[in-house]
Amino acid sequence: MNAARIGDSPNRVGGRERVTGQQMYVADIRLPGTLQAKLVTLDCARARIISIDKTAAENLPGVSLVMTAADLPQPVPRFGPQFEDRPVLAVGETKYHGDPVAIVAAETAEIAAEAARLVRVEYEELSAVYTLAAALAPDAPLVQDPSLRPKDPLAGTNVLREHRVGWGDVDSEAADVVIDNRYSFPIVTHFAIEPHSFMAAPEGDGVAVWSSIQHPYWLQKILAKILRLPLARVRVVAPDPGGGFGGKQHTKYEPIVAFAALRADRPVRLILSLEESFQAARRAACEVHVRTGVRADGKIAFQDIEADYLIGAYADIADRVVSKGSYPGAGPYNVPAVRIVARSVLSHTLPSTAFRGFGNPQVNWAVESNLDEAARAVGLDRLELRLRNLARKGDAFIPFDTACDGDWQQTVRRAAEMIGWGQPLPAGHGRGLAVGIKSGPTTGHSYSTVRLLADGSVLVYAGTSDMGQGARTIFAQIAAQELGAPLDWVTVVMGDTALVPYDQQTSASRSTVLMGNAILRACRSIQEQLRRMASELHSVPEDQIVVENGIVRLPDQELTVIQVLKAGLGRMGGELIGNGESRKDAEPDHPLQGSAAFFEFNCTAVEATVDEGTGDITIVRHVAVSDVGKALNPLQVRMQDEGAAIQGLGHTLMEHYIFDDKGRVRNLGAIDYRIPTSMDLPLEMESDLVENGDGPGPYGSKGMSEGALLCVAPAVAAAVREASGAVIRDLPLTPERVWRALQERDGKEV
Amino acid sequence: MADTLPVEMIVNGRRRAIEVPVNVTLLDLLRDELGLTGTKECCDVGECGACTVLVDGRAVDSCLMLAVEADGAEITTVEGLAADGQLSPLQQAFLDKGASQCGFCTPGQLMAAHALLQENPDPSLPQIQEGLSGNLCRCGCYFQIADAVLAVAQSGQEGGRK
Repeated sequence: MNAARIGDSPNRVGGRERVTGQQMYVADIRLPGTLQAKLVTLDCARARIISIDKTAAENLPGVSLVMTAADLPQPVPRFGPQFEDRPVLAVGETKYHGDPVAIVAAETAEIAAEAARLVRVEYEELSAVYTLAAALAPDAPLVQDPSLRPKDPLAGTNVLREHRVGWGDVDSEAADVVIDNRYSFPIVTHFAIEPHSFMAAPEGDGVAVWSSIQHPYWLQKILAKILRLPLARVRVVAPDPGGGFGGKQHTKYEPIVAFAALRADRPVRLILSLEESFQAARRAACEVHVRTGVRADGKIAFQDIEADYLIGAYADIADRVVSKGSYPGAGPYNVPAVRIVARSVLSHTLPSTAFRGFGNPQVNWAVESNLDEAARAVGLDRLELRLRNLARKGDAFIPFDTACDGDWQQTVRRAAEMIGWGQPLPAGHGRGLAVGIKSGPTTGHSYSTVRLLADGSVLVYAGTSDMGQGARTIFAQIAAQELGAPLDWVTVVMGDTALVPYDQQTSASRSTVLMGNAILRACRSIQEQLRRMASELHSVPEDQIVVENGIVRLPDQELTVIQVLKAGLGRMGGELIGNGESRKDAEPDHPLQGSAAFFEFNCTAVEATVDEGTGDITIVRHVAVSDVGKALNPLQVRMQDEGAAIQGLGHTLMEHYIFDDKGRVRNLGAIDYRIPTSMDLPLEMESDLVENGDGPGPYGSKGMSEGALLCVAPAVAAAVREASGAVIRDLPLTPERVWRALQERDGKEV
Repeated sequence: MADTLPVEMIVNGRRRAIEVPVNVTLLDLLRDELGLTGTKECCDVGECGACTVLVDGRAVDSCLMLAVEADGAEITTVEGLAADGQLSPLQQAFLDKGASQCGFCTPGQLMAAHALLQENPDPSLPQIQEGLSGNLCRCGCYFQIADAVLAVAQSGQEGGRK
């Protein structure tokens, strides 16, 4: 019996399945009679499709169907979470390298692959744009058909949207020093170890769709609209994703797989290769121009930020990434004047989407790096400059948003102490420290049903996706705490829209807070029912009975939940059912249409050395401290923090896409695109957390899964600069780039 | 050349005699023919380690090995680590140390760690990191995985039973 409660770190619920190979991911689920699908793509980015000849492919034995846009309802349905701009299959023109023009379904994956090669596409390559400079050039070819956004004055450009936010007057705010720099952040990809996987099958008068997706209910809504089916006829099954990181939030190839399954009247399965997954989701590249005004006393006078994000050919959720990610760009500081202009710039590249940090790491890289330069310019310690400006609890540091909701000084001081800030350093070592902030969810809506069964065991229904962050464990711990059940008597049911009530989405580190509160309310409803039960059983007024933490307290005795439940249900049996809802409503006048439910706040500090001969960086120590309100499961918090930190080291040190002149990604896949391995880690990594119980979630918790990624890059670059004098404003900090910066430091030509 | 060949192998202690297409990888054989889906497919080019299994006790990327090459071999997959419902010490340590998040790389990590401990029952942290460097974990559990392997090594429990 596992008596773990809130604040303990029991083994992950679902962990046993993970270590025994029993966990079923989408690709592990097999239905009889399933066809294997393969997408047909072109070997270039933008092309006009002249004709598609399916004959040879269709004649291959074992091929069940070949579908192009012509085989879909006309006009071909378009979808997207923010704009309905993405067609189910390319219509008339491909927009990026990997944009599918057809789908093939066959008896085996091998036949499907062969048939995909036999689909003859006659096409003409068209001029295209793959960089910000090219996309913003006055004569740039347009990525998006302007008729998709009528009345939009930007429709004749590749700027999808421009977002302006700010306060005070940047132009008149007095500063003693102005630091003016440009920074760049590359395109990187999620590289979940589970490639994106999809399956669809006709079911009754509707369809069932399996997807490794983070937002099953959003997918259900999109499928229902495209397929013209009621929601109740679209069942989305969403087994735990094998890593998501934002890349699996939104609909990708589920619509075409569903059309294929309905047409074939058989299950159709599409398991992407890793290379195809690389062409399905990525983070937006960004160029940031930042002017930081500082006074002689170290107070920040203004931040003037222009951020251009290179998004893809279809918007996916990228424009929201741009607006929400750039919005807290001035950081967690009290800054009198701020101007932020962020643009989402369309290009003929694969769609960019949510990725852990959601647009924040790009601007954070620039602004935090600039603050280090500001500190140097006014002769102030880099930590001290931050502490002098950091918002205090209750400060309206973003005037129209949620006030500072934590003791952020405590977090920063803790990280500084852990890295030994101010202590003597060995020769050739440097330290860097940076802070990251991210606006939590701005809207949200979660329902949960909790059933207390007759023997005291518990079923929790939660539509959240557990993609590794450990939501299932947290939810089970909440129910165990409230209803007094052992943890192994709690089952959390997830991942099936036919069984589990609505949850808006699994993103923005929301689930502990939003779904957690829904579960807490459902449990509290059951506690109310237990109170009534005990009142009747013992003839004690309800207001003299307290039910908490699995105990029913009467004036003269304490009973367990099970004792009351069994007596109350009697011989007829039964169960108690609680429903809980939690929502954060939109605020139409807010720049983001909603204030932050909470802020994720992290301070990262590193110590590094640089190999003068090769430019190779060694992270000697990496410290990450997050304000989590309350750690419901401290081990899981540590895993999320350290995992986020290591993921941040990826874009900091090594990861980036390389495009050729045809817009093809040259480093698709694991051989040519490097992510951190166990040989690329800091020599030491330490994480800690600040718990003041001041979050809006259960027991004072806040969301926390992205914080430790936000400011890795500026912390590392600062340490590199102190260690070696190398100044670098472009990520990643590859050995070659560091080596070149070292040569520049020495005034050498390279 | 024949399209298929007969192979015999012992998989998780069970003798299997199968007629196998000559171009099928050991990974596809395990997943598609034998229904052992615990072994995962990711990069398919031997770079990520998600498909690691033991072939005669050695860690092998099963995506790089043809099934016919495994003729006569003894194969252990993640499904073969636990016995009679009892987790192996490594499996238990992975749970206790928080070495599995999304879990997709976990089977491969476990098999590689198992092989490492067979070869070197008392590895140092750098030896573990080097030994498992062919197994990617995007959730970033590397320190927790190393903790788990160290804990098993220090307890002298070997790498769990086969």
